[in-house]
Amino acid sequence: MADALTAAYALRLGDDALILSHRLSEWVGHGPELEEDIALANTSLDLLGQARLLLACAGEREGKGRDEDALAYGRDVLDFSNLLLVEQPNGDFAQTMVRQFLFDAYAVELWPRLSASRDEALAGVAGKAAKEAAYHVEQSAAWVVRMGDGTEESHARAQSGLNLLWPYAGEIFEADEVEAALAEKGIAVAPSALREHWQARVEPVLEEAGLAPPEGAGVRKGGRQGRHSEHLGHLLAEFQFMQRAYPGAEW
Amino acid sequence: MVNRAEKARRLAEAVLDPEIPVLTAGDLGIVREVEEDGGRLVVRLTPTYSGCPASEAIRRDVEAALTAGGFVDAVVETCLAPAWTTDWMSEDGKAKLAAYGIAPPARGPVSCPHCGGAAVEELSRFGSTPCKALWRCLGCREPFERFKCL
Ligand SMILES: [Zn+2]
Repeated sequence: MADALTAAYALRLGDDALILSHRLSEWVGHGPELEEDIALANTSLDLLGQARLLLACAGEREGKGRDEDALAYGRDVLDFSNLLLVEQPNGDFAQTMVRQFLFDAYAVELWPRLSASRDEALAGVAGKAAKEAAYHVEQSAAWVVRMGDGTEESHARAQSGLNLLWPYAGEIFEADEVEAALAEKGIAVAPSALREHWQARVEPVLEEAGLAPPEGAGVRKGGRQGRHSEHLGHLLAEFQFMQRAYPGAEW
Repeated sequence: MVNRAEKARRLAEAVLDPEIPVLTAGDLGIVREVEEDGGRLVVRLTPTYSGCPASEAIRRDVEAALTAGGFVDAVVETCLAPAWTTDWMSEDGKAKLAAYGIAPPARGPVSCPHCGGAAVEELSRFGSTPCKALWRCLGCREPFERFKCL
């Protein structure tokens, strides 16, 4: 049965995972050391797996015959509904890990709650993703502390990453009619309900790291509605190139 | 006389994990359901990690094993809930992992699969596949992989 709202919600979560997965995959072969290269690749792979399940779910609920590949490769920038946070460029390793931590601290609070969703498919994906996110956040939190509380150089890089990315974190907790209607039905998790849990995870880590969020930073949003920063277009140009050049190519 | 579902289960559970070829799908505990559904045989597998590439390879190998075993109409489906846990790995599978040089998943302390030593340290929380982390033994100095607890 077609269900446009659930399709839109699954697409939002799937786009977050897909775009962040691609960002992390850009590190493969460029990690600061072998172990971290592998860690970034593994995290990217977990997110890609989540994205595939969520996009497949979105396609089914949409009921227009689009599968995960059609949704990943066949949509243009305006049709993507990921958070602006996840499309922001990698920058240096510190910036990447700060972005990852801000996202992981949200994911690890979202998935366990969504695993109780009344939508069985979403609950199933969430149950798996909860375990993966718990592992990811330990890794990214440890790096934020290590770099924030490290050398003058690493501290400065981590702080500058935080200054750059903090304004995008607010979008995580924004909801429009999609989340509102589905949360009421017990299908979605209301993003606003996650804010205090996210803060309870983020604040002690930043404090231990000696990092402070920028003061007076506003909230940058619009990703959920398809209003993206210029970075997403560049990302998709690379990500979608093969299917754009050779539609339907398989190997 | 073994019924069709049981025969199919044995075929599916005997398929090897392509990335850790001492473990079978049965050892991993990923063959969740085998049932006859209106004359068609349905085998439901659960992935270990959402993005594990081995899941797809195992799925294809299970289909091939079922076809070769005479179940030409068998359908292999994926089920996500309940989420896979390393608690479903068989004791036999854990013993095979250790013999293969990979520390099996355990909730308690980790020991070296080569010498049994308890003085070990984690080198990386991630390894060559999603399910493993990289460790080393301070006793025999050998590095080893550890199957992560999930
Ligand atoms: Zn040893």
